[in-house]
Amino acid sequence: MLRYAVKRLGSLAVSLIVASLVIFACIEVVPGDPASFMLGINAQPDTVEALRNELGLNKPLVERYFSWVGGLVTGDLGTSYTYRSPVSEIVSERLVISIPLALFALSLTVLIAFPVGVLAATRRGSFTDVTVMGATQLGVAIPNFWFALLMVLVFAINLRWFSAGGFPGWDAGFLVAMKALTLPAVALALPQASILARVMRSSLLDTLSEDYIRSARAKGLTTRQTLWRHALRNALIPVLTIIGLQFSFLLAGAIIIENVFFLPGLGRLVFQAISQRDLIVVESVVMLLVFAVIVVNFLVDLAYAWVDPRLRGRA
Amino acid sequence: MSLLSIKGLCLSIHGTEILKDVFFDIAPGEICGVIGESGSGKSLTAFSVMQLLPRGAETSGEIRLSGLDVLAARESELCRMRGSDLGMVFQEPMTALNPVQTIGAQVAETILIHQDVSKAEAMARAAETLERCELPNDRFPLGRYPHELSGGQRQRVVIAMAIALQPKLLIADEPTTALDVTTQAEILRLLKRLVDEDDMGLMLISHDLAVVTDLADHIVIMKDGEVVETGEAATLHKSMQHPYTKALFEASGHQPDRTATRIEAPLLSVEGVIRDYALPRTSLLGPPGHFRAVDAVSFDIRRGECLGLVGESGCGKSTLTRAILGLDPIQGGRITLDGRDIHSDAEVRQKMQVVFQDPFGSFNPRHRVARLVGEPFYRLGRSATEAEIDDALVSVGLTPSDKYKYIHEFSGGQRQRIAIARALIIKPELIILDEAVSALDVSIRAQILDLLVDLSVDHGLTYLFITHDLTVVRTIADRILVMQNGRIIERGDTETLFDAPTQPYTRRLLDAAPRLPHV
Repeated sequence: MLRYAVKRLGSLAVSLIVASLVIFACIEVVPGDPASFMLGINAQPDTVEALRNELGLNKPLVERYFSWVGGLVTGDLGTSYTYRSPVSEIVSERLVISIPLALFALSLTVLIAFPVGVLAATRRGSFTDVTVMGATQLGVAIPNFWFALLMVLVFAINLRWFSAGGFPGWDAGFLVAMKALTLPAVALALPQASILARVMRSSLLDTLSEDYIRSARAKGLTTRQTLWRHALRNALIPVLTIIGLQFSFLLAGAIIIENVFFLPGLGRLVFQAISQRDLIVVESVVMLLVFAVIVVNFLVDLAYAWVDPRLRGRA
Repeated sequence: MSLLSIKGLCLSIHGTEILKDVFFDIAPGEICGVIGESGSGKSLTAFSVMQLLPRGAETSGEIRLSGLDVLAARESELCRMRGSDLGMVFQEPMTALNPVQTIGAQVAETILIHQDVSKAEAMARAAETLERCELPNDRFPLGRYPHELSGGQRQRVVIAMAIALQPKLLIADEPTTALDVTTQAEILRLLKRLVDEDDMGLMLISHDLAVVTDLADHIVIMKDGEVVETGEAATLHKSMQHPYTKALFEASGHQPDRTATRIEAPLLSVEGVIRDYALPRTSLLGPPGHFRAVDAVSFDIRRGECLGLVGESGCGKSTLTRAILGLDPIQGGRITLDGRDIHSDAEVRQKMQVVFQDPFGSFNPRHRVARLVGEPFYRLGRSATEAEIDDALVSVGLTPSDKYKYIHEFSGGQRQRIAIARALIIKPELIILDEAVSALDVSIRAQILDLLVDLSVDHGLTYLFITHDLTVVRTIADRILVMQNGRIIERGDTETLFDAPTQPYTRRLLDAAPRLPHV
């Protein structure tokens, strides 16, 4: 197991280096000059030159790459061109919303999807199964911003249980902050839960038709015992893959939901930075997201090995 | 008093009648062989006793297991019965164990769910049970996972799971069909020993008459969901009345009529062939290891000959086949077909074709038979003509209209005929049959063997017949090579080799093969 983890860690490091090279190349090398791109077509040549100096674009390529990577490692991500403040500050302000929101939404996703998927699989073909499949089909098909608007209408405007948007900050108290994140998390979770429930159902159905399930029944286990002791853990392998993908999506893909609920999250930051051509912020946030995706994949790999002993011997 | 008594058992699944009036008894300590071909209802009879039937199943009649009326019992009573009074061993040991649990945990589970004992005690008893099943604890600790064991070892774990609580009746459903001949003999010996030690009843289900006749006290022959004949195992071959039983005995010992003419010039020549597989590096920068799967193998096949290649699983038979077909590179030696090197001259490879074991997995299910059979022509840069496809199908006993069908519309035997048609269509000279009849029922196997012999005469074909089944190879091969650990350890004419084997390994293989009494 340790050997497997070390090997996965090695491949994580290689992925990070390759990703940093690709991002650096995309933004700094090809095509054209970042400074003139950031300032737009009407910029004066001396303003562009000043920005080039500020950004260090006149230094050699290799030096720029290493100073950027060095900055990433030490937490110095440079200064935002539009906000005029350190990128690390701006990003960490956004992360304290985006990470809890993503974790909250992911927990809801798992909490909804597991029981629903298991229920549908164990009652295959029944009314419950058909209802669940229909509901999850709707959940996958309907865009999450529409759910979000609907929930604002019902829970914020009519029932007044939640506020319609905004974030009071963690200083206002944990419960108050979580309450502000509840509707966005539910809006994010519903489509993801629908997907995950369907994956859970089909994976469990595959597992339940395996020979070792029959062996377990022949030992005298009840259907319920067979499900808990033998089927679930085996059914988890494809489910873990989907959970990994969903977390990465929830971290960065919440732009629309953040806009609907006026949340100053990472998604909105990227969106604004791109529209304001603030490449320094874009570069840092993209690297951060890549880092998150790679780390999540590493954790998923470890989870695979925990679930499936056959993987531990390999790398 | 009998331990298991089945009377008038009828079973239908979604309205389709599967079992009709099945009856037989098993006494304590008795081994009852239940024999029939695929689809005869023998496995569903076992599952009816276990009451682990698929959805939509309806049963009537009577099944009594040491007094318990199984068909009337509640699910909770059945759960108590399964595992404690009644154990079951399945055909496919590779998939019958949970891949994510240790073997110790899986054997101990049988004890834990039926008895109020601590986990440590259950594990200790699991270790004893595995020991009884000849998996000693020092070599097979309880923490092993199924993927770390071979097929035969896994089957021992499945048996240990089934007998952990010393049940009164053990049902073994084709327990050795997936295993090679020596492992089969060991597993059968183990079952026999357990029956004797625990005075347990054993329902031994098989399609192979020879496997069961050696071991059973009593035999039940099933066909199309009915019991057609029952009798004492020792005398059934003399007392049998039903034509189906006679046909089964005939098919098991079927000897195709071979009158092929051989020409001395070799068609395929294998000279000192070496095939190595790379193993993963043991350290980051260390050299990769290698495993020699085929070690300096040399032999010739003469035109018109049928050469048998036998050995246990893992001896290198399939690796050698892949090398001969030119699918894998070789690390030493030379393979020539008709005097031309098959690795440097790809053209010559169209003179050989192959038929694989699995008639279910070796066809693309989305293509019609015409396309499947015509496939070898794609390499020749043209497609098969209608007439060529019809000829190939007719020559294997199918009809031209079969070319419009999909593969799922055919039975296992018909699929194997289609595989042979696919091999025949470009008129090859050599056909490699890789366990080509191993998955078939005895009567189908007899038909396919007859077909192969007829084709070899009509088309002047040469065969390389690869198998682990010595009974079959004896009926069809002219000469035999015995392979062990990547080497050919013995070779000779079929009769000489069977009558007077010189190597201990060959003798062991021959002794392990189950034999039918002469009818």
